[in-house]
Amino acid sequence: MMQMTGADLIVKLLERQGISTIAGVPGGAALPMYDALSKSEQIHHVLCRHEQGAGFIAQGMARVSGRPEVCLASSGPGATNLITAIADAKLDSIPMIALTGQVPLSMIGTDAFQEVDTYGLTIPITKHNFLVRSAKELLTAVPAAFRIAMSDRPGPVLIDVPKDVQNQMVSFEEYPNVVVPDAAPTFDIAAIEEAAKMIESAERPVLYLGGGVIHSGAAHMAVTLAEQASLPTTMTLMALGAMPMDHPLSLGMLGMHGARYTNYVLEEADLLICVGARFDDRAIGKTAEFCPNAKIIHIDIDRSELHKVKNAHVAIAGDVGQVLSELLPRVKPQLRKRWLSHVESLKGRFPLAMPGIDNPRSPYGLIHAVANCLDDNAIITSDVGQHQMWVAQAYPFRRSRQWLNSGGLGTMGFGFPAAIGAALAAPDRTVVCFSGDGSLKMNIQEMATAAQENVNVKIVLFNNQSLGLVHQQQNLFYGKRIMASRYERPTDFLKIADGFGMRAVDLDPAPNPRATLAEALNTPGPCLIHATIDPNEFVYPMVPPGAANSEMIG
Amino acid sequence: MSEQNTNLSEYIPDVPEHGGFHKVVLELGVANHPGVMSHICGLFARRAFNVEGILCMPVGNAETSRIWLLIFEDERLDKMIKQVEKLEDVLYVRQHVGEHPVFGRLDEFFQ
Repeated sequence: MMQMTGADLIVKLLERQGISTIAGVPGGAALPMYDALSKSEQIHHVLCRHEQGAGFIAQGMARVSGRPEVCLASSGPGATNLITAIADAKLDSIPMIALTGQVPLSMIGTDAFQEVDTYGLTIPITKHNFLVRSAKELLTAVPAAFRIAMSDRPGPVLIDVPKDVQNQMVSFEEYPNVVVPDAAPTFDIAAIEEAAKMIESAERPVLYLGGGVIHSGAAHMAVTLAEQASLPTTMTLMALGAMPMDHPLSLGMLGMHGARYTNYVLEEADLLICVGARFDDRAIGKTAEFCPNAKIIHIDIDRSELHKVKNAHVAIAGDVGQVLSELLPRVKPQLRKRWLSHVESLKGRFPLAMPGIDNPRSPYGLIHAVANCLDDNAIITSDVGQHQMWVAQAYPFRRSRQWLNSGGLGTMGFGFPAAIGAALAAPDRTVVCFSGDGSLKMNIQEMATAAQENVNVKIVLFNNQSLGLVHQQQNLFYGKRIMASRYERPTDFLKIADGFGMRAVDLDPAPNPRATLAEALNTPGPCLIHATIDPNEFVYPMVPPGAANSEMIG
Repeated sequence: MSEQNTNLSEYIPDVPEHGGFHKVVLELGVANHPGVMSHICGLFARRAFNVEGILCMPVGNAETSRIWLLIFEDERLDKMIKQVEKLEDVLYVRQHVGEHPVFGRLDEFFQ
């Protein structure tokens, strides 16, 4: 018979689940859990400067490791500060466990100090959530949280634990089993055979890969399918790296900032094979005009995604990897010379223009200069905005989990704490966070965390003293009326980094920016690399929001 | 920037017309604990899906409950059901015709 407090039990259950790092911020209602953590020899607690930073550090770890990682916060403002990071994990299907302290059971509903209805607030942004009402319940809730977070379509799970439940003694015979993901849903082989026939008889098929391919660890199978059936392959923002950008069949990213030829190829497709993607509006533009002539095969583990935006002719609810392993032996090798040479000619006529690629003081040039200093082992994160789209277009991603970014929620402030999490999960890799001055300011306090942990994270800051993508849209779609998208006072980011104890280099005055960049990227430890960017550099091409993908500007 | 682009404006789709006249009854088996109703009602409310009536009682040893929902059918019903089925606390969803007797004898309480 074992006996311990609820808080000690939580820590033991996390340890048994293999957790070795937790990101969090303590507070009154979480103190028993912190006391229990002080006794753990396995778990390293990373003290963040804001709970949102803790949430994104846990996400960064999870996006690299592919398994649930944990963030921890107190009640009230601690919990509300986590909310953006939880919602972000939901939209990008990232497995994460958020643990929050809560006021004691007897005080719930009394407007107690630092009380907020965390359970109610997080219902629509979690895959599932728990308000634990006794220490005994932890024996089922904690393993269930891990199982739910990593099974089927992954997602965040929140466990809200009142302070008295953390202190309550619980007796039990043995620990619950360490949980593993549930078996994926079974699927119909007849549908696979139908899909194989459609691929064989198609004349202009396109393979469309989404983040599900990464989550499922199925990138190599997707590439094999493309090669076997000669399928030009496009990737969503979430799937970049699934097929190497320099692969002859790669069309790069589709959608709002995809290359012209990519969207034109999709326009001509007679079959679209959608694997682990969900027809997001930023990817497909106006729904009715996306792939107007194509039949659709849709493979996704989440049944509710099938027929949600576009009706599929063949819809298969299953794990992408398992479905592809059944599909591959049924797909006939084909050369498709006519279609591939047509795709090649579209690529030649409407390539992605990357002006300034040889100039490290321009956006594309800086991205290429960074890539030239790194190999495929590096992890690249980004914040949200122009820099994110430039990196998505131009960085030579070549493997799964090389690229971490906030796709669905589009959270400015994601990139830097996610990079810290990535570096904690993969300490042997260099982690580069491309950021903008607008995004970086949204979680800049985590510079202190990066310095404390001495993680190998480099921020490459594109500073245009503005909210670039807002500025761009006001220029293009709102009669050039610039409202609230320019920062009138400059910020001295070098001093800020210095103040937090983080090294900083400035490429602006550097006589040889490539050399300065290489030195900074190759020196271990955290570093801010600052570069001024012209605010009138716009991301092109661009599909106006709500327009068809064929209506690109630029 | 070329001048031609200044004529462009952002296209924002209209709110689609929803709501039919056909009534449907959904039967949900759910785990019985505080908060389950919030999970389910939130899904419908977010999508402005019209729920006409709700009945909920525990079943058997009270480990589970059964929820009866009276709703107006519209073209989103299948998608709605798939979203409900995804909830961890929902064990099953069954669809019945609108004349299902479960709501029939309640009229006298709503006079």
